[in-house]
Amino acid sequence: MKTNRLSHWLAILIGTLYFLVPLAATFEFSLRKIRGVYSFEAYRVVLADTQFKSSLGFSVVLAVVTIVFGMAIIVPMAYFVELRLRKLRPFIEFVTLLPLVVPAIVIVFGYLRLYNSSSILPLTNFTLGTNFLLACGYVTLALPYMYRSIETGLRSIDVRTLTEAAESLGASSGTIIWRIILPNIRSAMLSGAFLTFAIVIGEFTFASLLNRPAFGPYLQLIGANRAYEPAALAVMAFAITWACMGIIQVVSRNSVAARP
Amino acid sequence: MSFIEISHLRKSFGPSTVVHDFNLSIDKGEFVSFLGPSGCGKTTILRMIAGFEKATSGSIRVGGSEMTNLPPAKRNVGMVFQAYALFPNLTVAGNIGFGLKIAGKERGEIDARVAEMLELIKLPDLGGRYPYQLSGGQQQRVALARALAVKPQVLLLDEPLSALDAKIRVSLREEIRALQRELGITTVFVTHDQEEALSISDRIVVMNQGHADQVGTPSEIYNNPATRFVASFVGTLNLFEARVVDPAAGRVSIDGQPVVTRRDISAFGIADEAMVALRPEALTLGGGDDDRNTLTGTVEEVAFLGAVIRVRVRLREARVSLDIFNDPALELPKIGMPAVVSFKKEDLLIIAPS
Repeated sequence: MKTNRLSHWLAILIGTLYFLVPLAATFEFSLRKIRGVYSFEAYRVVLADTQFKSSLGFSVVLAVVTIVFGMAIIVPMAYFVELRLRKLRPFIEFVTLLPLVVPAIVIVFGYLRLYNSSSILPLTNFTLGTNFLLACGYVTLALPYMYRSIETGLRSIDVRTLTEAAESLGASSGTIIWRIILPNIRSAMLSGAFLTFAIVIGEFTFASLLNRPAFGPYLQLIGANRAYEPAALAVMAFAITWACMGIIQVVSRNSVAARP
Repeated sequence: MSFIEISHLRKSFGPSTVVHDFNLSIDKGEFVSFLGPSGCGKTTILRMIAGFEKATSGSIRVGGSEMTNLPPAKRNVGMVFQAYALFPNLTVAGNIGFGLKIAGKERGEIDARVAEMLELIKLPDLGGRYPYQLSGGQQQRVALARALAVKPQVLLLDEPLSALDAKIRVSLREEIRALQRELGITTVFVTHDQEEALSISDRIVVMNQGHADQVGTPSEIYNNPATRFVASFVGTLNLFEARVVDPAAGRVSIDGQPVVTRRDISAFGIADEAMVALRPEALTLGGGDDDRNTLTGTVEEVAFLGAVIRVRVRLREARVSLDIFNDPALELPKIGMPAVVSFKKEDLLIIAPS
């Protein structure tokens, strides 16, 4: 029994070291920009770079657009599947998993073939069109995570009975979604939103091939030309992702605590 | 004219028909229960009245208006669900006032009505609580208040007591009945619990495989079951295949022992088989006077059920169970001893085949 417990702790320790040692090393390296002393110089340089701010700002805006756009599509779809088309659930699940199977590069080349300057819908001809295409691509990329979060939220409440109860009280479908369903899957939506945010912030393939000034290509650019700044950026990217995960945890815990 | 008119209602799910040519009229202010086992179609009919299921054919009229194809939101029908279905994100007051808010009522009017409903369900101080802070019984009371707050023309109750424990079930069903009487609201109640249906209904519809086997008052359903299904589903019953000896005189033979019934068996011929039934409480141990039928046999089992003691007597082939009130002074029959059971001639029921 004791040996068993020891082996559990050993496995956890090895796992933790596997993940933390490279991160600690990266952090330590990022502090060495000035020879002989530890400093946050690399971070100062990165934060002073206007391209950093603009690329991060671009990705943040795009992440927000992706979340809003994705939620507007996925929440009603998942709700109606849960309410009336449960037989379609396996099919929908299969479709939402496709972005995990089809590589992002294949999807983006597909987009470029369909929406290039000589196509019927030449979205890549103008900046707003390309940004829209990028947001659509991000919605596709985030689909597996967003759909699963929403679906888990919907399954945790009795969607059908709550809908029928609201209908019998005179509520329309829109009112039911807005006043009953959304408030009750809020934590699931937030989980999906933060996962999407984390994915979009670090995404490289779509943004690079569509030639958009997002944070992912900026990370790659800095990584190719500087020594200490990429390490600082990597740590900052980790911090953003972890902050998102932390918020998901807090939101989920609050939600559980609110409804025992 | 009846308040609710259900005519030739039929519901099919693909090739399977779950409600067959169902007809029922319900008067204003009446409390009608649909009683039957799982899958008999009782909830489907209720859901068609609410508008949650679309009828395959037939019609539903409420208060003279055609409802069959109206969406649920336009029917002004209050519904209480087995699983309470309170909105978890809203307080008790928010839940009760939800329908009024949807109807666009003024804030003051909503608050007054919510307070009135909270008084009605005897939870005046719990308006600010959330559903998860309430017990099951309290949640179902709130669900009832929410359904009643919008002053619906019909109240539909879909097994509202099934999720509650036995004691609360009894007290809440009494409260529901008292509220229904006080408000005079036409109510349709679905249950599979015969005791529930018998105790609170003006009329009971006993459902069997998508049909109404019998519609009647609790007393009619219990004392004069129309079919074998009704007889066996409602209450405990001793059922026998009897042979008709003299239809004019009401003489039949149960397990080779002659008995007389006051029920009409003139439709039977001599030596025909007839299904007869006896309620356990109609039987007593011992012979009694000459006006009573008697059956002889041997005591096979004595079971203590609390308020009553159930004694099973084996005749020749058949067995008969009878209930005697629990009295500590009573000397219980011993297993294996000979026994005579007797019953009144009018207590021998003739059951039509299902």
